[in-house]
Amino acid sequence: MGAAPDFSHFVRNDEDGRSRLDLAIDGITCAACLPDIETAMGRLPGVKLARLNLTSHRLALTYDPQQVEPARFTGALEAIGYRAYPFEQRQVEADEQARFNLLLKCLGVAVFASMNIMLLSISVWSGQSTSLPPETRDFFHFVSALIALPAAAYAGQPFFSSAWTAIRQRRLNMDVPITIGVTLALALSVYETQHHADHAYFDSAVMLLSFLLAGRVLDQAMRRRTRTAAGNLAALKGENALRRETKDGADDWALVPVAALAAGDRLLVRAGERVPADGVIVEGTSAVDESAITGETDPKPVRLGDHVYAGTVNGEGALTVDVTAAGHSALIDEAARLIEQAGAARSRYMQLSDRVSQFYAPAVHLTALITGFSWWLFFGATAHDALVIAISVLIITCPCALALAVPTVQAMASGAFFRSGLFLNDARGLEKLGEIDSVVFDKTGTLTLPQSGVANADDIPADLLALAGRLARSSHHPLALALARSLRAGAPLPDARETPGQGVCASYEGGEARLGSAAFCDAEFLPPENEASSIYIRAGEKVARLSIRQTLRPDAAKIIAHLRGAGLDLHILSGDRAEAVGPVAAKLGIADWRGGQKPADKIAFVEDLGARGKRVLMVGDGLNDAPALAAAHASLSPIDAVHLTQGQADAVFLGERLLPVAAALAIAKKARGLMTQNLTFAIVYNAIAVPVAMAGHASPLFAAAAMSGSSILVTLNALRLRGPGKSVNVLAKS
Amino acid sequence: MNVLVFLIPLAIALGLLALYGLFWSLKRNQYEDLEGAAYRILLDDDIEKK
Repeated sequence: MGAAPDFSHFVRNDEDGRSRLDLAIDGITCAACLPDIETAMGRLPGVKLARLNLTSHRLALTYDPQQVEPARFTGALEAIGYRAYPFEQRQVEADEQARFNLLLKCLGVAVFASMNIMLLSISVWSGQSTSLPPETRDFFHFVSALIALPAAAYAGQPFFSSAWTAIRQRRLNMDVPITIGVTLALALSVYETQHHADHAYFDSAVMLLSFLLAGRVLDQAMRRRTRTAAGNLAALKGENALRRETKDGADDWALVPVAALAAGDRLLVRAGERVPADGVIVEGTSAVDESAITGETDPKPVRLGDHVYAGTVNGEGALTVDVTAAGHSALIDEAARLIEQAGAARSRYMQLSDRVSQFYAPAVHLTALITGFSWWLFFGATAHDALVIAISVLIITCPCALALAVPTVQAMASGAFFRSGLFLNDARGLEKLGEIDSVVFDKTGTLTLPQSGVANADDIPADLLALAGRLARSSHHPLALALARSLRAGAPLPDARETPGQGVCASYEGGEARLGSAAFCDAEFLPPENEASSIYIRAGEKVARLSIRQTLRPDAAKIIAHLRGAGLDLHILSGDRAEAVGPVAAKLGIADWRGGQKPADKIAFVEDLGARGKRVLMVGDGLNDAPALAAAHASLSPIDAVHLTQGQADAVFLGERLLPVAAALAIAKKARGLMTQNLTFAIVYNAIAVPVAMAGHASPLFAAAAMSGSSILVTLNALRLRGPGKSVNVLAKS
Repeated sequence: MNVLVFLIPLAIALGLLALYGLFWSLKRNQYEDLEGAAYRILLDDDIEKK
C-alpha cells in the first residue's frame, strides 16, 4: 500500500521521447548546494539535464522516462538532505514573467532612444550659443524624430494600453495624462521640425518613458519574486493523497499529489492525516478536527454518508472517501457567497495614486487649455506660439515624479515585507494596512499555533521530550502525530511497536521506553488540565506527563502588548466555544473577545466597527474567517490558512511567530508616509514648474532637467524604506 | 561637419547592437537565475568530463 509517489501529473513529455519535471527544492542555504544537487542528479541513469535555479530554488530536469522513475529524483535529493516537491507553474506566474520581459524590452528601447536623442539634443542646445548652422539643427531634429517615433510607439505600449482600458471604463488613471503628454510632445516636435523651429521635445518624450518604465520594471521584478516564492510555498505545502487505482484487475492505493485529484476518485484517509479533498465517507467512522474551517477545536464525530472537507484533520479511524466535485462543497459555496457580499465594499476602495490622478489629470489639461487660450486671445501670441506653450505645459506636468511616487515605495515595501516573512497578495493592501487603527484576531490557528503542542514543555527534561517525539513518530494516533510535529521530532526508534489505542514502546538505552496512556506507561493517573489531553512517557525510572493542547504562538503575548502600545484597538472573534476563548483572551490581556461566532456574526462585528469609522485589520486563517477578511479594511492570514481564506488576505505571513503582523503594520505605515511625501513633493514640483511653463519659458533643456531631477529625488526618498523600523526590530531580536 | 553623416549612423548602429543584445538575452532566458550564474563560473564540472 502506498509505494512511491506518482508524479505523472507533473511530468511533461516532449515529442523526442524525453520527459521534463520541475521540482521546488527546500533546504537550499548556500551556493554550494548548486553543484551538490546537479551532480547527484547527473549520476542517476537517464538524466539528460539537471539545472538548478539558485534564485527561484527550482530544479529543472530532463530525462529519459524509459531509464529512470521520477520518484528516484526526490529519493536521491532526500539522501543528500534536500526535500523536493513536484511543481506546476501556475498561469499567473507565467503572466508575471511575460509582463516583466515586455517591460524590460520597452525599457531597453526607451533608454536606447533617450541616449541617442540626448546626444543630438545636447549638441543642439550647446550650439544655440555658438553657431550651429540651421541645416545641421534641422538634420539633428530629423534624425531624433526618426529614432523617437518608432521607439515611443514600442516603449509606450504598456501606458497606451492601460490608458485605453481606463478611458473605455470611463475612469482616469495616471497613464491617461502620460499618454496624452507623450503623444502631444511628439506631434508638436514633428510639426516644429518640419517648420525649421529652434526647439523640439523628442528627448523629453522619450526620457519620460524611460523613467516611468524604470519604475515599472522595479515594481514588476519585486512582484515576480514574491510570486515565485509563493509558488514554491504552495508546492512545498502540496500534499499527497492515497487514491485507489485499478491495475491489471487488482485494486491498489497509489500516492498521488492532491493537485491531480478529480471528482469521483476514491481516497483513503488514514488516522491523523489531513483530508485532501471534499468528499463523502463511504467506509469507516472517525472524529474529524474541523478547527481549520469552523474554529471549533473539539473533534466532530463522522460516519458513513457524512461529508468531510479539505483541510480538516482525521482523528483515530481510517476513512474511505469519495471525492465530490472539487472545491464545491456547501461550506465553500456559502463562504464564497458571503465573501462576494462583503467584498463589494472593498472594491470601492480607491488607491492613493488614483485618487490623486482623479483631480490631477483634469486640472492639468484645463491649465494647459487656459494657458493656450490666454496667450492667443489676451497676450496677442500667434495661434502657433500659443499652442506650443500649451503643449509645453502638458510636457512639464507630465506626471513623471507622480507616476514614480507610489510604485517605487511599493517595490521597496514589498521587499521589506519579503524580508520580514510576508507576501503581499495585492499592492492596494499596502496602502490599506498603513491606515489601520483596530485589529481583530481569530483565535484558532491565528493567535494559537495551527497544531496542538506540549503546553508544559518547560517542566519536562529535554532528553525525555526528545525521546517522546521519536516514539510518537511511530504512532498514528492523532495526539502522537501532533506531538511529533510540534516537537520536530527526530527519526523514529528502530524497534518501536504500537499497541493500538494504548501507546508505543521501544527499547532504549538498555531499558524500555513507553509513550501512551497512564496505564500503558504504568504511571500515576492525574486528572487532565483544562482543555488539555494528557499523554504519558516512561523511560526507565523517569516518568512524565505531557499535556497536549493548543498553544499560543510563541511571541503572541509580546506582539499583542506591542500592538496595544502602538495605540491599536484589539479584539478576538472566534468560532470556538467561549470557555476555550476566555483563557486565551485573559492571557493576552484583550478585554473585548467573543466566542461561538458564526461567519455572519464575524462580518457583522467587522462591519459595525467599520461603520463607527474604524479601519479594521482582520487576521484569520479558517474558512469561517474568509468573509470577515473580505469585509475588513485590510486583512492578513498565516501561510497555514485554508486556500480560500489566503486568497482574501492582502498579505500572507510565514512561520510560527506573530511578529510579521507587527512588521506588516509598521512597514505599511512607513510606506504610506513615504507615498504621501512623494506625492506632495511631486505636486510641489508642479506648482513651481507649471508657472514657468505657463510663462512660456519651458525650453526642452528646462523640461529635461526638471523631469530627471524630480524623478531621482522621488526614487531616492523611496529607498529610505528598508525595514519595519526600530521598535519592531527590537521585538524580533528578543 | 561632413563627418557627422558618418558618425551619427555609427552611434545609432552601436546603440542598436546593444539593444539587439538585450532582446537576444531576454529570449534566451539569460536573466532567469542571476544568483546561480555568479557561482556557476566557479564550478569545475567541465573539467571532470575530460
